[in-house]
Amino acid sequence: MEAKQRDVFILAIESSCDETAAAVVRNGRDVRSNVISSQIDLHTLYGGVVPEIASRKHIEKINQVIEQALQEADCDLKDMDAIAVTYGPGLVGALLVGVAEAKAISFATGIPLIGVHHIEGHICANYIEHKELEPPFVSLVISGGHTHLVKVVDYGKYEILGRTRDDAAGEAFDKVARAVGLGYPGGPKIDMVSKKGNPEAIDFPRAKVRDGEFDFSFSGLKSAVLNYLNTEKMAGREIVTEDVAASFQKAVTDVLVEHSMNALETYGFKKFAIAGGVASNSAIRSSMKEACLKKGIDFYYPSPVYCTDNAAMIGVAGYYEFIQGKRSDLSLNAVPNLKLG
Amino acid sequence: MKILAIDSSGLVATVAVLEDNRMLAEYTINFKKTHSQTLVPMMNEIKEMIELDLNTIDAIAVAKGPGSFTGLRIGSATAKGLGLALKKPIISVPTLDALAFNLWGCERYICPMMDARREQVYTGVYHFSKGELIIDKEGCAIPVKELIEYINEQGKETVFLGDGVPVYKNALEEGLRVSFDYAPGHAAGQRAGALGVLALRYLKDGITESAADHKPDYLRLSQAERERAEKLGNKQS
Repeated sequence: MEAKQRDVFILAIESSCDETAAAVVRNGRDVRSNVISSQIDLHTLYGGVVPEIASRKHIEKINQVIEQALQEADCDLKDMDAIAVTYGPGLVGALLVGVAEAKAISFATGIPLIGVHHIEGHICANYIEHKELEPPFVSLVISGGHTHLVKVVDYGKYEILGRTRDDAAGEAFDKVARAVGLGYPGGPKIDMVSKKGNPEAIDFPRAKVRDGEFDFSFSGLKSAVLNYLNTEKMAGREIVTEDVAASFQKAVTDVLVEHSMNALETYGFKKFAIAGGVASNSAIRSSMKEACLKKGIDFYYPSPVYCTDNAAMIGVAGYYEFIQGKRSDLSLNAVPNLKLG
Repeated sequence: MKILAIDSSGLVATVAVLEDNRMLAEYTINFKKTHSQTLVPMMNEIKEMIELDLNTIDAIAVAKGPGSFTGLRIGSATAKGLGLALKKPIISVPTLDALAFNLWGCERYICPMMDARREQVYTGVYHFSKGELIIDKEGCAIPVKELIEYINEQGKETVFLGDGVPVYKNALEEGLRVSFDYAPGHAAGQRAGALGVLALRYLKDGITESAADHKPDYLRLSQAERERAEKLGNKQS
């Protein structure tokens, strides 16, 4: 008689940017708790994430967040099979808090430690609500720090098809939002005002990267928006913020959709998943959905709570690393520019 | 009473285990600054060498600052993780007090200094009287010049130590008008053994905090906060 498979519990910790997060995940896809302590109000004062402040806040919150995650999951630390922690990419000072904390817990309890790639976490966020989703598929990770088009070959196996050459998609949203006076964080604010704007009002450029079919570039677009604002101001014409926001958002969306669809076609994939903070953007979601529908591609996206930085996604990624036998030792370090794949 | 002591506030990474008046183990390195990679493996080695059952520890002592912001957080996050897992309190020991404790019994002025960049040092002034550590100048971040002026005003023979010494040696030698000396190599940098002895005194007096509440005391705002405060201050004036 086959033995009943034992449950696998992962305690996950994430502190790569400005969210202090911990989660408990059972058997890879069952999120038992997902605690996120956001610092956004604090960083809003400075118009963006201040690394030193982020690191200071992480250390103040981390134990409470972990304890709350265990409590909400109705679990004890000793029930955990592994501790998964984000070790890169991200802000080094911020990452170090989670990494040092996780290593100390692993050392004190003997529970195995697994270092997880932050972007892998974002991709794996899709597994939480789409139990049927399995590799292979193509994923687009778009956030304040990352823009990656990734071939998910298998669990834990990734090939990068394209990435941004300059600004991340979310960074472009932040910079443009600041320029039109919407403030920080730019993504949700542009999304909101764009609903009242005309996306065809201004023809902003859709950048192509000459030697990288699936690579992105958003700094030219950002400059075009700034130039437009400047020119209109000089000419004394009224600037319609809603139209600028909507037209900018459309330019970003068009490039993201086109590259993603081309990649799916080139590599013959029928499944596509978006991830990362910018994957919450309503225009990007609906355009992707429409394009996928046209091409007969299954489209997946996480709920906003799993798009933003969270630890549940790290627990999911950690689970697949765990069952493949991967372990990190106590010398695990934070790697701010960690590569995927 | 048994404690595990940690200090990664400066160039040195150091870990010790103490039981009452006995130091069971100390591991101190002053090599490359890779505390994030070395600190927990160092503890692990000690644990194996002295067959330490971590559950027998009463508290975790850690250098609370000042020091390198990142270094302090590596030490604090490690202590907090241990505290969370072992359900033990933390004893936060001021880095400079622990450094001064290296020179136990010294009745001359003891001046630990750590490089705080921007021509400043984290420093304080201490001396021992009948075995008790007396604080003459509380830990602070001040320009080296100001420290030298202070010591000259006091006019007392002073012993310097800490990783700020090699950085500001010239300034000290040019500016000081009192007789002074440097601590010998074994006592010149952070030693978890000394921090641990001091921590045991705190523990006896019941001065501990929960692992959840513990955070470093940087003695300095972040650059962004400082600049923002200056900007707001300028607007008001």
